[in-house]
Amino acid sequence: MRYLTRRLLHAILLLIVISVFSFALLQWAPGNFFDAMRLNPRVSAQTVNGLRLEHGMNQSLPVRYAHWAYSVLKGDMGFSFSYNTPVASLLWARARNTLFLTTIATLLAWLLAIPLGIWSAANKGTWCDRACAFSTSALLTIPDLLLFLILLLLAVRTGWFPVGGMVSTSFASFDFWSKLKDIAVHFALPALGLAVVTLPVLVRHIRSAMVEALDSPFIRAAHGHGIPRTRLLFRYALPLASNPLISLLGFSVATMLSASVIVEVIMSWPGLGPLMVQAILSRDVYVVVGVVMLSSVFLVAGNLLADVLLFVSDPRIRVE
Amino acid sequence: MCFCSSATRGFVWSDIVKHRHKLWGALLLLAGLHVVVLFAGFFAPYGSSTQDRNLPFAPPTGLHFVDASGKFRARPFVYGLKDDPQALGSFAVDSTQVYPVHFFVQGSSYKVGGVLPSRLHLFGVSAPGRIFILGSDAYGRDQFTRFLYGGQISLAAGLIAAALSVLLGVVIGGLAGFYGGWIDDLLMRGGELFLALPWLYLLFAVRAALPLHIAQWQVFLLLIVVIGLVGWARPARLIRGVVLSAKERNFVVAARAFGASDVYLLRRHVLPQTYGVVLTQMALLVPQYVLAEVTLTFLGLGVGEPMPSWGSLLASLQQYYVLSSYWWMFLPALLLIPVFLAYYMAADALQERLKTVPL
Repeated sequence: MRYLTRRLLHAILLLIVISVFSFALLQWAPGNFFDAMRLNPRVSAQTVNGLRLEHGMNQSLPVRYAHWAYSVLKGDMGFSFSYNTPVASLLWARARNTLFLTTIATLLAWLLAIPLGIWSAANKGTWCDRACAFSTSALLTIPDLLLFLILLLLAVRTGWFPVGGMVSTSFASFDFWSKLKDIAVHFALPALGLAVVTLPVLVRHIRSAMVEALDSPFIRAAHGHGIPRTRLLFRYALPLASNPLISLLGFSVATMLSASVIVEVIMSWPGLGPLMVQAILSRDVYVVVGVVMLSSVFLVAGNLLADVLLFVSDPRIRVE
Repeated sequence: MCFCSSATRGFVWSDIVKHRHKLWGALLLLAGLHVVVLFAGFFAPYGSSTQDRNLPFAPPTGLHFVDASGKFRARPFVYGLKDDPQALGSFAVDSTQVYPVHFFVQGSSYKVGGVLPSRLHLFGVSAPGRIFILGSDAYGRDQFTRFLYGGQISLAAGLIAAALSVLLGVVIGGLAGFYGGWIDDLLMRGGELFLALPWLYLLFAVRAALPLHIAQWQVFLLLIVVIGLVGWARPARLIRGVVLSAKERNFVVAARAFGASDVYLLRRHVLPQTYGVVLTQMALLVPQYVLAEVTLTFLGLGVGEPMPSWGSLLASLQQYYVLSSYWWMFLPALLLIPVFLAYYMAADALQERLKTVPL
């Protein structure tokens, strides 16, 4: 249990450091939301100054941080200037969509990668393995931006998939099954894109972990005892190989979140990515800090999940 | 394209190409590519902002050797374009207008390396004719020309940012590995922070802290600095590892016993041992940083028009009508693949050759 507590404390500390870091960085930034307002001749200088005072822009950095931290604890996460609403109300719906997309994509990627990696490791050195290595290398050299654009082109040209958004415009009038189907076709393309982008790295890691596991002496011994090949692969080698793979799962959250921003912008998915880009362009600092914090929370949660899984799966860590 | 996570770990090209001269092949390819991009003015037929408003979204020009009467011509030629009577706003090949392709022609003026004025171009066709190898964009600008000029921006961004990252990595990783103790703890905990965050969000956060409306060249410099600063953690970690083992080697210990100073030890004995990691990291980081620049510019946070970059070439694809109607707008993006391939191959070959730590 001490292991898990330590991990949790570490995660919380990390989040606090990230929050101070990103807050300070953005508050030092030259120019703010109200500067753009000042250029508008229809907004008087008094109004701008009043707004600045109202949002506490004249206070010192630590005071503003304290205010912000208090508002995070209250569940508001600061105030969005351009949407004129607490940031949290903006974030939740967006975060749900991003989480939904990345979770499905992660599942899809791992479901594809595990059999491919195992198959490739089991047939090490044969033409199947080479073909697999070749295709993952090829996928690695294709920029993800380009891949998403090609998928979008596919959707536009064939008309098989709806383009943009998460649901159709007449979504509200559908019955339950049509709603489910509607959501499914809308996220097919972004989820597929994300899965394909992360796939090559996963396959390579799984393959190398499995190759290493299959080389260990106890596998040879088990093989000598006449244990069938499938059982050898899944019951003996896979648990041994799972340790680095679980850590990889934690790491892959970061990759997934970054790739998700691009896919969300390209395919107009109403997630955190487009919100972030808009917020940067309009200098809506609290929204930017909010998104950065939320993505760090996802990431830390992913790593914690990996730690817990490791704790459950690996007796060596439990004994420590 | 993630420079803070493990996306390009183990790019094992050797599985596919068992080639003894892989390193030289990759380096030759890279050298050729950079020369073409560096001398974009000569290799490109037009200026980077030369427009032909009469030919927006012209399809790629085909090179021909056999003319309408079936006669073979040794000098390749291109046909002119006319408005397509069937489809409004698109062009059809007009086989009555024939423009032979000439080599080493005089054209629009440019400066070699920013100093030497010249008008010489590798190829071109005479005035009313146009040669668009990769088609033209919304303003009738030659995409091939813009790809070459854009490469100057994007590759420079990638190279300088990678150099910055690796330099920071050498300094920080070297200090952390050499001194150990609390310095090591502090620096590596800081590095973990950078490794932990999703790189694009981190890049966004830092980009958001910088002014939006400034001159293009300032944006370009800021972009380089931001990308370079954000990615120092991975090279620093690898270099720290090398330094940790390097400082324990016998000749280093001996030099220390002879009274060599820390600076001398680092400069003369320890840091030279990291060159394998440094080179490999450079080769890996450049394509990732080029892609970071492309992504930021694509999202409207990088260098903007009229400065061409590979990101702004792709940005036009955000409009649905461009994406769906003009397939040749994809061509510059497709050309990125061989560029990245060359870099990854070089990184892989370097790693094999120099037997550096696994990436």
